[in-house]
Amino acid sequence: MTGEETLHLFLLMLQYLLPTLKLFGFTLLYAIPLGMVVALLKMCRIKPVSWLTRLYILIMRGTPLLLQIIVVYYSVPTLRSNAHCPEFLRNLLNHVELKGDAGDVYMFRMILLAFVLNYAAYFAEIFRGGIEAIPKGQYEAAGMLGFSRIQTFFRIILPQVVKRVIPASSNEIITLVKDTSLAYAMGYMEIMYIAKKQMTTYSSLTPLFMAGVFYFVMATLLTLLFSFVEKKLSYYK
Amino acid sequence: MAKMLEVQNLQKSFGDLPVLRDISFEVGQGEVIAVIGPSGSGKSTLLRCLTQLEHADGGSIAVCGDEMLTEKGYKDAKVLRTIRLKTGLVFQNFNLFPHMTVLRNITEAPVCVLKQDKAAAEQKAMELLRKMGLEAKAKSYPCELSGGQQQRVSIARALALSPEILFFDEPTSALDPELTGEILKVIKELAAEGMTMVIVTHEMSFARDVADRVIFMEGGVIVEQGEPSQLFGESASDRVKQFLARFSE
Ligand SMILES: Nc1ncnc2c1ncn2[C@@H]1O[C@H](COP(=O)(O)OP(=O)(O)OP(=O)(O)O)[C@@H](O)[C@H]1O
Ligand SMILES: [Mg+2]
Repeated sequence: MTGEETLHLFLLMLQYLLPTLKLFGFTLLYAIPLGMVVALLKMCRIKPVSWLTRLYILIMRGTPLLLQIIVVYYSVPTLRSNAHCPEFLRNLLNHVELKGDAGDVYMFRMILLAFVLNYAAYFAEIFRGGIEAIPKGQYEAAGMLGFSRIQTFFRIILPQVVKRVIPASSNEIITLVKDTSLAYAMGYMEIMYIAKKQMTTYSSLTPLFMAGVFYFVMATLLTLLFSFVEKKLSYYK
Repeated sequence: MAKMLEVQNLQKSFGDLPVLRDISFEVGQGEVIAVIGPSGSGKSTLLRCLTQLEHADGGSIAVCGDEMLTEKGYKDAKVLRTIRLKTGLVFQNFNLFPHMTVLRNITEAPVCVLKQDKAAAEQKAMELLRKMGLEAKAKSYPCELSGGQQQRVSIARALALSPEILFFDEPTSALDPELTGEILKVIKELAAEGMTMVIVTHEMSFARDVADRVIFMEGGVIVEQGEPSQLFGESASDRVKQFLARFSE
């Protein structure tokens, strides 16, 4: 490839960076709070709630994300053409538009849903570990000082949990950047998609190499960001 | 003398293990009580019941005349909370909040729980820190302090809520021997100011010097209680003498 072609390719791929970042950002936005909720549900004293949550986490962590994406994506069309599908559900699903622009929206939402469900399970395990590592004495001291349960969680426990879970969470987040490429399998137009397409156009590996550089730069920036945050939080033990 | 604490027939078991059996005693205003006894005798459990960290199985506990239990069990959460705020507890291992500065460790509860004005709470916290000789450490984090300093901060934190009665569970046990003196000095000062205190301790000379009354516990019961001169003197029961002999070796 000529230098001009490479530059053109680079600018083209830059446009496809946005969908990648969009999937990455929205996944974090929903998966982190959901992961916290799932962690709390798993620690819930009501046994069936805790068991169901455990089952959910087991499934999410025990099966491939790619499989989950495909299942979630095809759930709507498959369910509504299934003869056993209840009437009300079929009516509901019939409103979902799978073609054209609306289809693109549907695709993004379903991929996002799969990512969020999957990553929330991983975050939940990290957060649960973090919460359980807080000594009982912290709760007792807070109780003695009259803090309510909610105040204790948000003022005393959560800040300490955040510090403890940053190293493990940052690993997950860096993995997520690379995992966004799985959306390519559904035809979601992100970096991997354009790289593969351009590879065929130019019959060259350069587009793939360039995609690799994009992921590498994002992962490295995140690594730097997290080591900065860890340093920021190292003012206490 | 007003009664700050009245405990009657207090019972507590963990599963099949009875830990407190029929404990009864009273504490008057300004009194300092030392609780001594062998390991596993239920001293910590007693303090934890009195501060509501554990729920007793039966008996009655009244702080400043307010009963925690009725015949049917514990009163509702709101009543219990008001009672709890009259009690303070100093833990063996301090349990300071590591992510907050010393100053915020002390002001957090007055501001968030008692809704005190932040500036006023900080002023009071600084006064307490001055009393503890830790004025210069207000902006430090707990991990930057020695054990003795951390324990003094935790005492200041408990005092910031102006409790009517302060409980200590072996406040010097987690400290190097040379640091215990600074904590004992603080407790002596509080005693001189008329603070009502119940102190579980293994520091026998301290119990003798500071306590108005000493309670000796074993096997979940109070074996003997009385003035230090009585328990540490010739008239004590053989069991108490035997226990104390181990400390004077
Ligand atoms: N949460 C608990 N669950 C079960 N058993 C407990 C619990 N807490 C205490 N115990 C038991 O109750 C008994 C009394 O314990 P406690 O901590 O009150 O003794 P202690 O007098 O404070 O001893 P020490 O001087 O070693 O601190 C012990 O046998 C202990 O194992
Ligand atoms: Mg104890």
